[in-house]
Amino acid sequence: MTDAAAAALRPFRVLPRVTAANEHFWTGGADGELRILTCRGCGYRIHPPAPVCPRCLGREVAPEALSGRGVVHTFTVNCQPWYPHLDPPYVVAIVALEEQDDLRLTTNLVDVDPDDVRIGMPVEVVFEPYDDVWLPLFRPSARPA
Amino acid sequence: MSPESLERRAVISGVGQSQVGRRLYRDPLALTIDACLAAVDHAGLTLADIDGLSTYPGNMDQPPGFSGVGVTEVHDALRLELDWFAGGLELPGQLGSVVNAAAAVATGLATHVLCFRTVWEASAQGDAGRASVTPGGGGTYKASGFLQWTLPFGAPSAANWIAMMAQRHFHEFGTTREQLAQIALNARRNAARNPNAVYRDPMTLEDYLSVRMISTPLCLYDCDAPADGSTAVIVSRADTAADRPRPPVRIEAVGTALRGRPSWDQFDDLTTMAVRDAAAMLWERTELSAADVDVAELYDGFSFITLAWLEALGFCGKGEGGPFVEGGDRIALDGPLPLNTNGGQLSGGRLHGYGLLHEACVQLWGEAGDRQVPGQPEVAVAAAGGGPLAACLLLTT
Repeated sequence: MTDAAAAALRPFRVLPRVTAANEHFWTGGADGELRILTCRGCGYRIHPPAPVCPRCLGREVAPEALSGRGVVHTFTVNCQPWYPHLDPPYVVAIVALEEQDDLRLTTNLVDVDPDDVRIGMPVEVVFEPYDDVWLPLFRPSARPA
Repeated sequence: MSPESLERRAVISGVGQSQVGRRLYRDPLALTIDACLAAVDHAGLTLADIDGLSTYPGNMDQPPGFSGVGVTEVHDALRLELDWFAGGLELPGQLGSVVNAAAAVATGLATHVLCFRTVWEASAQGDAGRASVTPGGGGTYKASGFLQWTLPFGAPSAANWIAMMAQRHFHEFGTTREQLAQIALNARRNAARNPNAVYRDPMTLEDYLSVRMISTPLCLYDCDAPADGSTAVIVSRADTAADRPRPPVRIEAVGTALRGRPSWDQFDDLTTMAVRDAAAMLWERTELSAADVDVAELYDGFSFITLAWLEALGFCGKGEGGPFVEGGDRIALDGPLPLNTNGGQLSGGRLHGYGLLHEACVQLWGEAGDRQVPGQPEVAVAAAGGGPLAACLLLTT
């Protein structure tokens, strides 16, 4: 199969516009890393990215790789066909990352039957490449977060 | 209570509404002018009296039908002479534009502010379906701002984001679909008494439970109905009220707070979000309490948001919204807390907050016809918004 043919089989995704501010997040998957902006001074994780730490107001912030583990904070099984080439049902979830209580990502859960998804379920990141970005998706993890 | 709730210097002196319906295919500015002229007339004013203009969200091309009419178009079409005007999206929800008007009046920047909100989402969608108006559906569009965190994951709609709030509420408090259904069933019962409502046929619990899912746990009937229509209200300086044809609807207190993070997924408590803060602020500004409210018009862009407002405003405890609405008697037109008396947005049509404010005023004036709440209500609450956007007004006769 050609790359173009393979790409045509993938579900449709609206992609993010990559900028200097968000590049670490959207491209970290190339190295298998979930990168979150982190305050050098106090260690607070800053997401979405901002050039200031909201906790200590430190200005020295840089991306760091996280474990990629978390738990399902909440989820929904989307049944509505919003886009012509993104077929429902699929699971949209908000995953709370294990490094920090208030650090969450909206994402998709993959490799799981929608009926089996539960709040509190441990999950781990997997990356799906699209053009110039690597979308962080999550799958069930045997290991408790 | 705060020492000075200056919003009491403002009153609502009149309201107006255009034709409301599905796929009217009418010029949205024409709908807006209909609503505005009706409100000016209702208040016993002329256009020469209008010196302020306020709206939400201003003129926007996208998403189709969400707006299309801003301050500029109305200002020019009616050749208004304005001392103050404001329109925009970055407000505490739709009714933030009415609070802006009250603030302008209270500070003497204007005397009579015409506030309006126009939607034509039913016509914009036409026969092409929801996908035709979903952001980012094709071309070279790339998501930025908040949408970059949701669109890549196939979650382009508030239906998805509110569904996740509802799911979390179900998880923490044991709320059920049968309970949530009462918000939709109550709206449909009330819509049957409102000739301007878009959906008036009877709906049963079985209908609700068997209709298709949109985004679990929300089904089609948990989502409001796209409509075309415009609503206008006149916010006037209280000391001009004696000259008006009907007694003013007084603005006792407003709530506009957002004390958590301005984000659909990072907000600390997803089971309530901004409605918690707006409602708390409202009660900080008055000596009245939830027990004084005779009629509640609470935003129902999605049924779950109404449940969140019921809890946040203190009509029941936190997490107790499900049991509170169970069976539907408490929120019925003849119950202790008549709710969304015109059919809300679920059955009345998505007039985006302003329709609920319009209904609160009509009820306080005793002009609601077949759906008039018995016993001449004296205190109403109108609330709009959900997620990180919310504002509410406490209104009295």
